[in-house]
Amino acid sequence: MSKVKTGIGRRSFIKSVSFAGGGLLIGFNWLACKRPNEDGVEEMVLEMPEEWFEINGYLKIGDNGVVTIYSPNPEIGQNVKTSMPMIVAEELDVDWDMVVVEQAPLNTDIFTRQLAGGSQSIRQGWESLRTAGATARQMLLIAAANQLEADVADLTVDKGVISHKGSDRKLEYGEVAKAASQVAVPEEVELKDNNDFKIIGTSRKNVDGKKIVTGQPLYGLDVYKDGMLIAMVVQPPAFGMQFKSMNADEVKSMPGIVDVFTIDTYPEDMEKEWSDTAAFSKLAVVVGETTWQVMQAKKALNVEWELNPDLVKKMQILEKSAGMDGTSGLENTNIHATLMAETGARNSEVVRRDGDPEAEFKKASRIIERTYTCPFLAHNCLEPMNFFANVTEDKAELLGPIQTPEYAEKSVNKRLGFELEDIDIQMTRMGGGFGRRLYGHFLVEAAVISQKMGKPIKLVYSREDDMTNGVYRPAYHVTYRAALDENNNLTAFHVNAGGIPESPLFANRFPAGAVDNYLAESWSIDTNISVGAFRAPRSNFIAGAEQSFLDELAEEMGKDPIQFRLDMLKRAENDPVGEKNDYDPARYAGVLEMVREKSNWGKETSNVARGVSAYYCHNSYVAQILDMSVNGDQPVIHKVTCAVDCGIVVNPDAAKNMVEGGTVDGIGHAMYSQMTFKEGEPQHNNFDSYRLIRHPEAPKEIDVYFIENGIDPTGLGEPPFPPIMGALANALYKATGKRFYNQPFINELKSGVKVKG
Amino acid sequence: MAEFNITINGKEQTVDADPQTPLLWVLRDHLNLVGTKYGCGIAQCGACTVHFNGTAVRSCQLPISTAANNEIVTIEGLSEKGDHPVQKAWLEHDVPQCGYCQAGQIMTATALLKKNPNPSDKEIENAMYGNICRCGTYTRIKAAIKTAAKSEQS
Ligand code: FES
Ligand code: FES
Repeated sequence: MSKVKTGIGRRSFIKSVSFAGGGLLIGFNWLACKRPNEDGVEEMVLEMPEEWFEINGYLKIGDNGVVTIYSPNPEIGQNVKTSMPMIVAEELDVDWDMVVVEQAPLNTDIFTRQLAGGSQSIRQGWESLRTAGATARQMLLIAAANQLEADVADLTVDKGVISHKGSDRKLEYGEVAKAASQVAVPEEVELKDNNDFKIIGTSRKNVDGKKIVTGQPLYGLDVYKDGMLIAMVVQPPAFGMQFKSMNADEVKSMPGIVDVFTIDTYPEDMEKEWSDTAAFSKLAVVVGETTWQVMQAKKALNVEWELNPDLVKKMQILEKSAGMDGTSGLENTNIHATLMAETGARNSEVVRRDGDPEAEFKKASRIIERTYTCPFLAHNCLEPMNFFANVTEDKAELLGPIQTPEYAEKSVNKRLGFELEDIDIQMTRMGGGFGRRLYGHFLVEAAVISQKMGKPIKLVYSREDDMTNGVYRPAYHVTYRAALDENNNLTAFHVNAGGIPESPLFANRFPAGAVDNYLAESWSIDTNISVGAFRAPRSNFIAGAEQSFLDELAEEMGKDPIQFRLDMLKRAENDPVGEKNDYDPARYAGVLEMVREKSNWGKETSNVARGVSAYYCHNSYVAQILDMSVNGDQPVIHKVTCAVDCGIVVNPDAAKNMVEGGTVDGIGHAMYSQMTFKEGEPQHNNFDSYRLIRHPEAPKEIDVYFIENGIDPTGLGEPPFPPIMGALANALYKATGKRFYNQPFINELKSGVKVKG
Repeated sequence: MAEFNITINGKEQTVDADPQTPLLWVLRDHLNLVGTKYGCGIAQCGACTVHFNGTAVRSCQLPISTAANNEIVTIEGLSEKGDHPVQKAWLEHDVPQCGYCQAGQIMTATALLKKNPNPSDKEIENAMYGNICRCGTYTRIKAAIKTAAKSEQS
């Protein structure tokens, strides 16, 4: 048992929380209390209590023992709405079947870091969630001790039933909830030993599962309120362009259309938050009664766009410096490629240097050099961007899908001038996030539109609006070089990485620390295309590139690719080079060893091509082995074996689901997806031409294994995503005899690769 | 605008809408049935799948004028208590991540099992080709369909 002070975020544990039962919640209804029991089949219905008692900001207990736990963080499919309340319930010592989960609204008085990003919800919430549960438990025990006239030390709890040692007296949580809500918050509480966990480490079903499979309203797009109008925006067709004029009046008379106007979401003098990334500030807006009517009006709206002189000039100068004269300044994918290949590395900066890599490269008997690239990507959350806003004279109510409610609140404060306490932000379940909904311009747009209309509105992006709106994963480019001596020993390693508009380099990650002479360089090239974090930012490219290069290097050195990595990790563990290495070599090696064993590495069957990869990011370690074959020009993924070290696994089956999803997502994006540009215009605007992975292309089987080490949990939303791209590239090589350097790999596969016979 | 009679989940309804309005938006904007999702609007993602006289169709492509006077079943009407074997299998395998695509996946899967009660892996993959899951729950979807097929046979 460990003691923790409850002082951190103390206001969290103070009672009388005002938000409970707030009118805007998407509808806490009886279905919330119906869910499958643990075999997933039978349905269990909880009786609601007559009265609730707030024990602290995280939970309330009913007079009949039913517990409501508020899940603080936004749910984007990473399962925190189930796993975070599980952690509270564990320390509360309550029967999980008695728990009802509700999404908490933004409330910075109670919760810290209500953000979905960086795979940090569980890691950073671990202690506060446990403390919240343990504090409530302690208050219930104190109340029970008072009632029984006994010592707290003589009380034990099992599943919400308090028993007195030495007598057979028992009290249920529901019976002492009222008294507990009056108890002073303890200064210090005890947390459980890991060995005593009863809920953490057991698989619990998604708390929204039943609602999802029966089509109940859950998502932002499902919000319909009385008197609500639908709003859609019309944005410039190309990056580098801006609004000039439009035929608003003709469109206003169309059926169902209420108004047509422009907004300036982010006026120049507004102080922006980091999350206010938006390619286009001035937008045309159509407001009407129904979505279809607004969509028709959008089509009829004739907007004239013009070049934004500053933006195109900036690109013309940049392109000229690379020897391209007379360009339009609107961006093209082929110009991007030229810029990255020709000028990028010329301007690189050294980020880390160990030993004397330059000298070793000069002495080398062999140098292996390879370059890898990837395109821009759109996030393509299946639920397009949207938000509900009801801005009145004195209050801004906002409801919808947002990964960064706390920052969005600041943006609304700055844009509309409302005090923070007059801004109410509530989160719906989200139809995907992947980083896209970190950037809440759509929330601000909704607020501005609602204010202008003086009415509640729901802003809806069409798929086309969503896909062409920017905030893309940047395009990246990296060159690796390795110096080998006459005995085929690796003597120096050089990585030079860049992109538009940022570099994917992590200078202190493996193989830094494992090579005596190491050089890491970085560069970037400006763009008018807006970019943002995309599931495992930067890692989502550099992992695959690095792991492909190491594979090729191992082959050149005549080594088994797993053993090669393990040898390097041993070196990093026993005698690390440099001091800033930001990974734990032993944990890294642990997942590689596990995946080697679980996949029967080395005993592969002849018609299956295998590739391996391992990576560390967002505090977790993942190793993957991918088995595939190529049928004509069609890749067929038979199986992926994953070994994961994320410390304690809170909800094992859901964690497996997350690893499976990350694996499929990584294969999909590396193999099929890309966003290209012509004269600044995104060349794909819907799923007919933008390829996402589909059912037949997914692995036939995915096996997931977790390292059990009892270490405090780290995240899982991102770590399984980057490394699989390397395993895929390495397996493709085994299947075709050809190395794949440029994502999406399907392009090279289709352009006539001969399958190795 | 025109009036249309349409039977949704066994209930006759009258809707006043432009004849070209896709059933998807009639369901969502007019009838408050939001289980049917918008993902692409061009029949590429499957999020809007409903049953049209028992066949899985993309409601984003089905004008109300065509849907009228036919039998439509949406995710809300698939079973009375949410206990259709496919829904149960979905819960048993805890398929959803974000969950947004799942109504469409379930509607396509139930139509498949009606036609082909014991589909092979390949038949499942092909039947489900038009339903994108951005979160990548494909392996669980397949497993759930097989479980549902088994339970329906027994
Ligand atoms: S919304 Fe109909 S198929 Fe995508
Ligand atoms: S579960 Fe998120 S799109 Fe399928």
